[in-house]
This record gives sequence, structure tokens and C-alpha cells, in this order.
Amino acid sequence: MATSFLQLYIPSQNPRLLLRPVYSGKVSAGQSRFPSAAQDYVMKELDLNERYVTDPPATFMMPVTGDSMIDIGIYPGSMLIVNKAMASKAKSSDIIVAIIEDEFVVKRLYKRGNTIRLLSENKAKAYAAIEFSEWQELEIWGVVQHVINTLP
Amino acid sequence: MSSTHSLRRSFALADVNSMYASCEEVFRPDIRGKPVVVLSNNDGCVIAQNKLAKETLDIYMARPWFEIEEQARKLGTIVFSSNYELYANMSNRFATVLSRFSPRMEKYSIDETFLEMTGINTDYSQYGQEIKDTVRQSTGLPICVGFGFSKTLAKLANHCAKKQDKWNGVCDLTTISEQELDSIMQQLPVSKVWGVGRKLEARLNQLGVHDVLRLKRADCKRIRNEFGVVLERTIKELNGEVWLEMEDVLPEAKQVMSSRSFGTRASTLQDLEEAIAYHAAMAGERMREKGLFANGVYVFIMNSPHDKAEYYSNSHSIGLPSPTNSTIKITKAAQWILKRIYKPGVYYQKAGVMLLDTIPAGGLQTDLFGYSKPDTKAEALMSAIDRINKKYARGAIKLASEGVEKPWRMRRSFKSPNYTGDWDELPRVL
Repeated sequence: MATSFLQLYIPSQNPRLLLRPVYSGKVSAGQSRFPSAAQDYVMKELDLNERYVTDPPATFMMPVTGDSMIDIGIYPGSMLIVNKAMASKAKSSDIIVAIIEDEFVVKRLYKRGNTIRLLSENKAKAYAAIEFSEWQELEIWGVVQHVINTLP
Repeated sequence: MSSTHSLRRSFALADVNSMYASCEEVFRPDIRGKPVVVLSNNDGCVIAQNKLAKETLDIYMARPWFEIEEQARKLGTIVFSSNYELYANMSNRFATVLSRFSPRMEKYSIDETFLEMTGINTDYSQYGQEIKDTVRQSTGLPICVGFGFSKTLAKLANHCAKKQDKWNGVCDLTTISEQELDSIMQQLPVSKVWGVGRKLEARLNQLGVHDVLRLKRADCKRIRNEFGVVLERTIKELNGEVWLEMEDVLPEAKQVMSSRSFGTRASTLQDLEEAIAYHAAMAGERMREKGLFANGVYVFIMNSPHDKAEYYSNSHSIGLPSPTNSTIKITKAAQWILKRIYKPGVYYQKAGVMLLDTIPAGGLQTDLFGYSKPDTKAEALMSAIDRINKKYARGAIKLASEGVEKPWRMRRSFKSPNYTGDWDELPRVL
């Protein structure tokens, strides 16, 4: 779209936090010396949000209660990191949170031609796929981006 | 697109439709298509409702809940106590998404945000749809967007977008002709103008000013003489002049306040002391979060003006010898005040603590004689308390004066879970 900003720069009022390493070596004036070897070794703290919550306003945490997806590592008690903004762009084979009979369920999306299904991933229990005759019928709430499992 | 509004100042107002009810609906697919009402603190009266509730129930703002409870329940209305934690979280998400669409914005209220559009030369109707869709997709919240050459016009545009279906949620008053704009204004009562409340409306009506167009064309001088400069400014804004600036530089919160109505009335000094200690602790914690120090403490207590008993409201403030954010010192000062304003035999309905004239840590001065150094020693203790309270639940560690039982806490019988802010209350997935 034809969005063009004038050459008029107004500083953002809500800048994103940008963490920068601080140089902590000594700077000596006058005499020239070899730089300290520690200079190349700047510390960086890893922030899980930076990697796993890429779209904060659209990201929601949702714990799982069911067992229909255990074959792919989603267990009762797993924590889903769900991106709501991606719901409208969900692709076949994405793991999604859908609304089925007014409840949130996690399933694999299957989309081929006119066939739309929600699949479970639990061979032992062999839950039936849920069929949709129309795309409009399926209500996707968000796309699962990550799963956090706590080991016992 | 049009070069007509290339350099002219223009503004957008984005506003969430039925904010509180919409927040609840994001996490409760089952309540969609049903009337929803949200109750005030202590479940006293209706403070928000969705469109369906407005249409089916005889609701007006602040209507006591008990008056319509029976009717509402018969109609299958879904009732919530206000869940401010959730609404604030969703409001932040809404504002964060909006910040992608303009370099300059002003969060005006929990559900309204102004965007500066000056220099963003594009088709606003299309841009507005994009804003609306992005907010909806990211957060689940439905919004309307209005564009105008002043904040007052943007607000009016937003009203049109919300109430008139033909706009499809986005109303751009910057590209329509003067005649079209005038005919839109002619249809709207003056009360729809930003800043024109009920009293002002009545006075304007007496002068024969009923619709917005009449107000727009009113004589500025006469209005100023009779109503003051504020309304004069509104008229100029309606004419497309910019008189209200973006207040984007958030004034550093000068006052920090913690107050609440009691769930059950409090009467004894001890009840009030506990409440005041609690509010002092809350306010102190907020100060430390923001890195601020207070120069004064203000405490108020009151019963309800609707009580049969005589209305009693009292407050007092004192300056502190040196700026502090220590809960201990704030509590001490607050309790000292409380003893001076407390009157026995009154059934108090509300109490609160306000910290005054706060300054950031950088602005600290010691007093001349060094009687009282700013509280760096207490600071270490306080930050330890805050850390423990953050790690465990709020109130894991507290001053004993806060008490253990809090019978005066808010009543929120129909509160939904804190879906976005509490590990134990997240929405569950099958």
C-alpha cells in the first residue's frame, strides 16, 4: 500500500527495550597499548522472550489438559505458546488451537483441496479426525508456535 | 494517496467496542452471541455491557445490579465482576499493536488511543481497516477507528464508525466534502461531541444549539464569554483547527494511589489500620517498581453519601522529612494520619492512600542538616520483600500491621480467571 512518511522523524514514545552490552575494559589515554583480550568477550544475557515470544501482543500461554497429541510431545500439562495473529494464515500441518463446541482444543490442521480436517496425534487411542465441509465452519483461535514440557 | 492532507495535521482515534465484555469473550467462545454485563467493584452496579445486553436489557450506566438481576438472568445474560488485571493486559496488547501504525500515539483511556496521522499520506479508510484487522487478529478485540483533522473530529468520526453500519468500523472525515461533513454533523446531537457532558448539553439546548453543526457554526466569542475557553477550543477543533495536542509525553505519574471500597463496611480503628497498611504497602511497591520516591502521604476515609447515617469523609496529608519509598515509613505516616481523621461509630465504605509529589531517584536531595538521609538502607529490605512477594504470592511477606484476614477486600463473585496474568488461571486447551 502507498504508505509514505515525510522526512519528519518523531522519536517513538514506546521504544522497544534494546539491551546493549556495556564495554567494561579500561580506556587509557595517551599511551597506545594492545587492546585487552577481554574486550572481544562481551556478555550477553539470553532472554527467552526474545526467541520464543516474537509477537508479544498476539502471544498467549495455554496449558493442555487432553492427551490427543501425545505422539508429538504435547502432553497433559504441556504449556503451549500460541500466536493468535497467525490464526488467519494457518497452513496445512500446522498445530493449531481451534474452537470446537465452545472449547479450546489443540489439533493438527489438514487441508487438501476441499478436505479440511483436524487430526489427533495419538496412535494408541486413535481419536477420530474431525471433518469440516467448509473452511468457514472451522474456527481457528491461534497457531501453536512452541511447546514447553517440564520433566518430572 | 491524496496530496490534500499531506502536511495538514490529522489524527486517528482507535476505540475497542464494549472493551470489558470483549476481553471476556476472547477467552469464552461459549458466551458469544449472548448478552454480557460487567459489574463494578463490589458487584454494585453495571459498568459495562455488550451491544446485545444494551438492546435486550433496560440498562443505563451505573444502574444498580440488583434492579435488573432477575430480568437479566431470565434472558440468559452472562455476568462478570470486573477483572481489571485482564482488561489492563488486553489494553496493553491493543496499544502495542497500534504503535506499529504511527510514530506517535497517546493512550487516552483503557480502551481508547489517539494516533498522530500527520505525514502518513495514505488512504485512511484502507489504513483504518488494516489497523482494525490487525488488532482483531492479534488480540481478538473488535475496534472502530475514526480519522479527523483534530482530535475532537477524530473522536466524532469514531462515534460514527461505531454507531453507523455503513462505515464498516472505519470512518474517515478527512476526505469527505465540507457539505457531507456538515450533513453528518447535523444528524448528531451536541452530546456526541468530546467534552460536552449532560449539563453542558442542557445549557446549549436552551440556546437552541441541538446538533453538532450548530455548535460548529456558533460564535466563538459568545461561547467563550458564556462557557469559557474550553468549549471555544472545542468549536475550533470542530472546524478542523488543532487546539488539543497529543499528550504523548506521559507526565511522570506525580501521584501514586491505592484505594478500594470495602466489601463489608469497616468501622473499628483496627479494620481501617489494616486497610491503610495494605494500601500503603501497595503504593510503596508501585513506587519502587517505578523507581520513585514520595515527598508526601495523603490518606482518606469515607462512608457512602447514600447511607442513611450522616455523611462522613475526612482526609489529611503530611509532608515527609525526606523522600521515601519505604513501606515502613509510608505506613507509619499513613497510620499517623489515620488516627487523626478516624471517627468512631462510622461505617466506612472506602479508604485509600495517595503518595504525593513523587520524584525519580535521580532527583533526590538530602536535607540540609542530614537529619534524614534518603532511605537507602530501607531500600535493601524493601527490594528483598518485593522479590519474595513476586516469587511467591503477593503478600507472602508483609508488615504485621496489614493484618492477616481482610474482611474489607473487594467482593468480586463473578470474576473471570486472570487468563493472561496468572500461571494458575491460564485458558485451558483440550
